[in-house]
Amino acid sequence: MSEQKKTAVHEPLFHLAKRSNISFGKAMLIRAVAILLGLLVCGLVAFLLIDKLRENPGKIGDFYYSFIKGSFTTERKLWKFLKNMAILQCISLAVTPAFRMRFWNIGAEGQTLMGVLGSITVAFYWGGRLPEWLLLILMLIAALLYGAVWAVIPALFKAKWNTNETLFTLMMNYVATYVVSYFLVIWVPSGSSTLGKLKYGKLPPLPFGDQYLLIILIVLLLTVGLFIYLKYSKQGYEITVVGESVRTAQYSGINVKKVIIRTMVVSGLLCGLTGYLIGAGLDQSVTTESVGGQGFTAIIVSWLANFNPLIMIVTAGLISFLNSGAAQISQDFNVSGALPDVIVGIILFFIIGCEFFINYQIVFRHSAKVKEVAK
Amino acid sequence: MNVWLNFLIESLAFGAVFMYGSTGEILTEKAGHLNLGIPGIMCMGGAGGCLVLNIIGGWNLPPVLVVILGVMGALMMSMLMGLIYSFLTVTLRANQNVTGLAMTTFGVGLMKVIMSKLDPTVYLVGPKKIFRWPFAERTDALQYLGVLFFVGVAIAIVASWVLYRTKVGLRLRSVGENPGTADAVGINVTRYKYLATCIGSGISGLGGFYCIIDYMASQEAYLSLEAFGWLSIALVIFALWRPHMTIIGSTVFGFLFSCSSYIANIEWITVTMAAKPLLKMLPYVVTVLVLIITSIRNKRENQPPASLGLAYFREER
Repeated sequence: MSEQKKTAVHEPLFHLAKRSNISFGKAMLIRAVAILLGLLVCGLVAFLLIDKLRENPGKIGDFYYSFIKGSFTTERKLWKFLKNMAILQCISLAVTPAFRMRFWNIGAEGQTLMGVLGSITVAFYWGGRLPEWLLLILMLIAALLYGAVWAVIPALFKAKWNTNETLFTLMMNYVATYVVSYFLVIWVPSGSSTLGKLKYGKLPPLPFGDQYLLIILIVLLLTVGLFIYLKYSKQGYEITVVGESVRTAQYSGINVKKVIIRTMVVSGLLCGLTGYLIGAGLDQSVTTESVGGQGFTAIIVSWLANFNPLIMIVTAGLISFLNSGAAQISQDFNVSGALPDVIVGIILFFIIGCEFFINYQIVFRHSAKVKEVAK
Repeated sequence: MNVWLNFLIESLAFGAVFMYGSTGEILTEKAGHLNLGIPGIMCMGGAGGCLVLNIIGGWNLPPVLVVILGVMGALMMSMLMGLIYSFLTVTLRANQNVTGLAMTTFGVGLMKVIMSKLDPTVYLVGPKKIFRWPFAERTDALQYLGVLFFVGVAIAIVASWVLYRTKVGLRLRSVGENPGTADAVGINVTRYKYLATCIGSGISGLGGFYCIIDYMASQEAYLSLEAFGWLSIALVIFALWRPHMTIIGSTVFGFLFSCSSYIANIEWITVTMAAKPLLKMLPYVVTVLVLIITSIRNKRENQPPASLGLAYFREER
């Protein structure tokens, strides 16, 4: 290679080296700088896209203030922010066990949607005919079942024939979408395919606090539970070993196929549960957009948190914050509703990119020599 | 014209959207990069082309120039997206799935914002006739077979030839199979990855442009583009990573996707409303089946590139 020949003659200006460890503070600093840079670029892009801002550049302050306004200025908004964050967090938790095993399950969208469908199916057919508490339990069971089945199908093929799971789970998302639209056509004879809010099967709110508090508490509990499961249980350890090296797992007597299938069932159950929270807790209805792409966002959330359930609270919070902030901007500045996607996308590029500077360091020719002398 | 022939031609024309998308994705995947940003890139390609057409709308340019400038706009925008993707995944070695999903979020969003600002009477009504040359005056399915359709077929065949019959293609495939070995032989892995991803993105972007301006040619076309992008990724599997196979595969996909509206016209088949979503599900189900069958048969030439999805860092060997 030409570059290697060059090294024989003289050292290149810089080379990359893997960092063995980086202090927590330094890593956080790099991330904070990346987010700030991302916000700056968002401002620039906003100038190009928002007419009002171009006419009146002084409003740029309002632009950034809208971010905070989106989630924090009123109590209502705060609860809504916490609810959105909880749902996103719950799906992120669901994808995490599989990711730790390096099983690239990108089908959380479909698995969650099936969970919503499961709970709504029960409510649609038995609502009013069964006591509400029984209905809610049956809805939960159906949601869990639907989610788990949708997740375990790709896992079975992965375990048996090593079928590519990324592509398989991706396709299952769309199959799920059309399953939902199939049932909507059957259930809504008028042909509009929009199912109104059902009267039965609503998860009752807690006697105190906000209506969303129950969902938030459930997700919080799950977060801690999953953290303990992954970190301290034998099954969690097996997941980590399979993720590190399939061969090592085989030599140490771990049944890899069993671990793959079992972990995907756990993922599917959690997705189904999220579907239940959406179906019974929030919407009392199902559309093809019930999950609204959060299944994909969750993958990013989980990865950003390095697959750690506790850190995921921060990353899920960040993404939800950006989303509702950007939604506020499109409302305040009267632009297309797609603006949040643009803003979140830009900031994600920066966060994704900055991981490199946390994992690698750039060693310059000069500084390398200095280090050697120091040794 | 005969109903069936009409149907076949429409499937071909519809399929060309996926043909572009998946030819681009195949090039990228052959370099070892699973680009899940293809839906976003196709959207941005469409937005870029329409943006240019919107600007040059009042200039009264000759038709050839309109086509060239439109195509250039689509290529520029989508290759720029490809450049962002390859910078993040090749140079900064970011996780490909995560980067791709972020690209899709960003691209689809930005396209919607851009398209909502453009004027369909400028970018669509006039250019549509130009792009549908030479069949613009036809009223049957032939009208869809415009300039970009034939360009798409040509690109798919050339891409196949380059990948499987030339030295460059052989090197590109070796990068996707085992970058470490390729590097040791003296192939510039980074350059191949960048080029394959950017050219692939450009081709995919053209697909988005073709869909908006030619095949669907309506001002709502851009709203369904994301779904077509995901189908393009599915088609890669269906075509077993061979660009020329996408011509057949895309026709099958187009057939499956549009048969729900065609079957209703045939008197001896009765379709209920409920069957429509099931018919639309078919392309995805068929893809899953192909994926399963190829993994069971486990023939080496039908498998995904071995290092698909893995970042390459020379010092980690």
